[in-house]
Amino acid sequence: MSLRAGIVIFPGTNRERDMAIALTRASGGQAPAMIWHKDATLPPLDLVVLPGGFSHGDYLRCGAMAAQSPVMRAVRDFAAAGGYVLGVCNGFQILTEAGLLPGALLRNAGLRFLAQDHHLRVGRTDTVFTGNYTEGQVIRVVLAHGDGNYVADEQTLDRLEGDGLVAFRYCDADGAIGAETNPNGSARGIAGIYSADRRILGLMPHPEDYVDPLMGGEDGAPMFQGLVEALAA
Amino acid sequence: MSRSSRPVNEQLAREFGLNAEEYARVLAIMGRTPSLTELGIFSVMWSEHCSYKSSRVWLKELPTKADWVVHGPGENAGVVDIGDGLTAIFKMESHNHPSFIEPYQGAATGVGGILRDVFTMGARPIANLNALRFGRPENPRTKRVVDGVVRGIGGYGNCVGVPTVGGEVNFHAAYDGNPLVNAMTVGIAQKDRIFLSAAAGIGNPVVYVGSKTGRDGIHGATMASAEFDANSEEKRPTVQVGDPFTEKLLIEACLELMGTDAIVAIQDMGAAGLTSSAVEMAGKGNVGIELDLDAVPQRETGMTAYEMMLSESQERMLIVLRPGAEDLARAIFDKWDLDFAVIGHITDTGRIVIRHRGALEADIPLQPLSDEAPLYRRPIRWPVPPGALDHEAIQSPMPVQRALLQLMASPDLCSRAWIWNQYDAVVGGQTVKRPGAADAAIVKIEGSTRALALTTDCTPRYCQADPKMGGCQAVAEAWRNITATGARPLAITDNMNFGNPEKPEIMGQFAAAIQGMAAACNALDFPVVSGNVSLYNETEGRGILPTPAIGGLGVIEDARLARGIAIAPHLDLVLIGETAGWLGQSLWLREIAGREDGAPPPVNLVAERRNGDFVRHQIAAGGVHACHDVSDGGLLVAIAEMALAGDTGCALEEPPDGITPAGFWFGEDQSRYVIAAHDASGLLAEARRAGVPARLLGRTGGNELTCPGGVSLSLGELREAHERFFASWMG
Repeated sequence: MSLRAGIVIFPGTNRERDMAIALTRASGGQAPAMIWHKDATLPPLDLVVLPGGFSHGDYLRCGAMAAQSPVMRAVRDFAAAGGYVLGVCNGFQILTEAGLLPGALLRNAGLRFLAQDHHLRVGRTDTVFTGNYTEGQVIRVVLAHGDGNYVADEQTLDRLEGDGLVAFRYCDADGAIGAETNPNGSARGIAGIYSADRRILGLMPHPEDYVDPLMGGEDGAPMFQGLVEALAA
Repeated sequence: MSRSSRPVNEQLAREFGLNAEEYARVLAIMGRTPSLTELGIFSVMWSEHCSYKSSRVWLKELPTKADWVVHGPGENAGVVDIGDGLTAIFKMESHNHPSFIEPYQGAATGVGGILRDVFTMGARPIANLNALRFGRPENPRTKRVVDGVVRGIGGYGNCVGVPTVGGEVNFHAAYDGNPLVNAMTVGIAQKDRIFLSAAAGIGNPVVYVGSKTGRDGIHGATMASAEFDANSEEKRPTVQVGDPFTEKLLIEACLELMGTDAIVAIQDMGAAGLTSSAVEMAGKGNVGIELDLDAVPQRETGMTAYEMMLSESQERMLIVLRPGAEDLARAIFDKWDLDFAVIGHITDTGRIVIRHRGALEADIPLQPLSDEAPLYRRPIRWPVPPGALDHEAIQSPMPVQRALLQLMASPDLCSRAWIWNQYDAVVGGQTVKRPGAADAAIVKIEGSTRALALTTDCTPRYCQADPKMGGCQAVAEAWRNITATGARPLAITDNMNFGNPEKPEIMGQFAAAIQGMAAACNALDFPVVSGNVSLYNETEGRGILPTPAIGGLGVIEDARLARGIAIAPHLDLVLIGETAGWLGQSLWLREIAGREDGAPPPVNLVAERRNGDFVRHQIAAGGVHACHDVSDGGLLVAIAEMALAGDTGCALEEPPDGITPAGFWFGEDQSRYVIAAHDASGLLAEARRAGVPARLLGRTGGNELTCPGGVSLSLGELREAHERFFASWMG
């Protein structure tokens, strides 16, 4: 089975290698395509990934410049046609700036960059992203962000929760969710959300950095294995 | 007032940092009064920072060769063969003075500068480390410096996407007015794709790439070669501002260009900017260079030749291209939205010629500029190390358990998690052992089973008491930290941080430290392949502790075999190495007994090598679950760190007779390791056969550290003490 995945490179993207390793590992050696931000069209793909980094230096709002890239018009068209999109960290920020996901990501509540392990509780599992997890499963992932504080208006938050669009929440090792398990001040402990059709996932933590026990964990591997199983032709 | 309206004379030369004799030498070389731009070029090239004029005679004593050394000192960074056709390229460099004046930018540009030294040789940077020294926590200024430096290192490293995987931090009053920020970068390159800086090819184009030139950092190298006084904050305009985003683009663009055959020579514009890169590239190639400054990309209007040649604007590189490769190279830099300009060409004149707005601004013969650079064998007063304390006679003011809690909570030993948690240690997806997980960071090489073991080390209080033994210990500890992971130590980079070399006692510290380092490098086959010297680390005439920071690099063929410090239940703890109970200059003596005196623990280099080789062999044989060297704080601190890392307690045996409890548990005798093994009896028998002192310490399990006498500390209590300092200090 081969998954046709494409990773978009913006100037300042820096986690494309991590993402490529995770995708290659899950798909039995099939390397993803690397797509340049100035490209106006995409090759035929099953999955577009917007990886982490500091696109355009994060000198404006994180992701705001990247959202205006030529490639993002193509990504919008791809999504509108039912394509699957994964945005991690800076990729999540770009998805919100591009209007493909609701809300915004502000400076961490503690005003410091966070680089540490944290636990997430998995939401629904009937998506291509989470099919290999169990609902309510607690996974350990890597945080590496300065601007991961998810905000949206109350109505939007209610809708996300009501429609089952909260993909992951920050929790402790036992799965408990509360103020003390929220690392960055995100509204309702939200770490990741889906689009209404659940074909787009944006999340702040890095599942791609935990796909190999040698690197300290493999709780991210089921996401990539699940994507390959669900989307590979 | 514009400097260009000033007449060039001895008075101006002195303001530029040249003494009367040095200025006379400039006049002799030029045969006339130099222009302002020429004087600027001489002054930065002959500054301590660029010329190593006080340190060169001593640096020659360091061993720099081994079969695996590809390029030693003299290139932008050191290069060692790590097998599989690959090399590791690494160097450490200080940014002390800028970090005191403006902590965030000083530290950030320190990281940026050392990254460029490494990728300019063709290496993709895979790891950053640092060695930091700050003043007393009680000093109101220290908190601001720590916060800014940590944010600056993280801000730059996180953005360029190079993981920050290790480092060390000390606090001491001697750094109150002069913190040390030493940054190290390690990169990987194919052995047959290493790029050097020697220019060649008469007529070849000289190309400027990267950020535009502004007025920032003018005379930064001169600032880095002077002491501080109460007006140092006025030097803020000479601190450069970093742009990690541009650096990231520059890394990718340069590596892309390096994949072609377009480059003849390349060098970053570091200290002294365009001046040092142009002078060094042409000088190394024994050619001349002619630059037209009108073509230099400029961020500000009306810049003079003097300002452009002396600017230390960041994220810039100078490249000599193969003829006709301009279009290919320009296309790559255009793709990455970086400035690209042909600003000159290589000549056969042996001179550096600078033109600006049609005028000849500088015309200097290169050979005398480097060959006749000042070289000082400065007067030396050799240090007289204190005698050893009578360790038996030292009274212990508190029981072992209380002392352990107090030590674990002290600023020099407490958890550094507050710092690490601001550094992205895993970007790149190759970090096997992160800060705190092992004695050296372990970073795998993508696409290979191999990994590098990386560490930074120095114990300045030992160096202050006995610079020679301290220099020796710093090298030995780096070797030990790499060994404790199971990796084979290969080479070091050194960052020599000292006070004013014009004082004989400071020169004595420097020379003695070099002698101690050289002895350890020779005995351990651990040569110096790159380095940096930072002198004049004084404020108001008070020097820092002598701090020869060592960055060590080793390799392990199979990353999966690398060991960390975390223990698990049902293991035996075994101590490797001789324990005499040496308390002189120990942290116990300072933190618990309130004394900073005595001789530091001696390093027996024969025992060091024997014990280390034994430990490495045992790890390779597979019987070692975890391993930790015994350093600051002594044996019980090492055990407590292993327990916290593994969230597992242990029950310890009685100390041997003939040694005080404080001496056994907190003495800082060298060349020792604690091993957690599945089978102590086999390990002890092997040690006996190898003539290595070894002793059963106890057994792991539970969630308490049970000290002899039946008193227990819960891991929770220990952890609370260990993590308290930064949380309560920084909030």
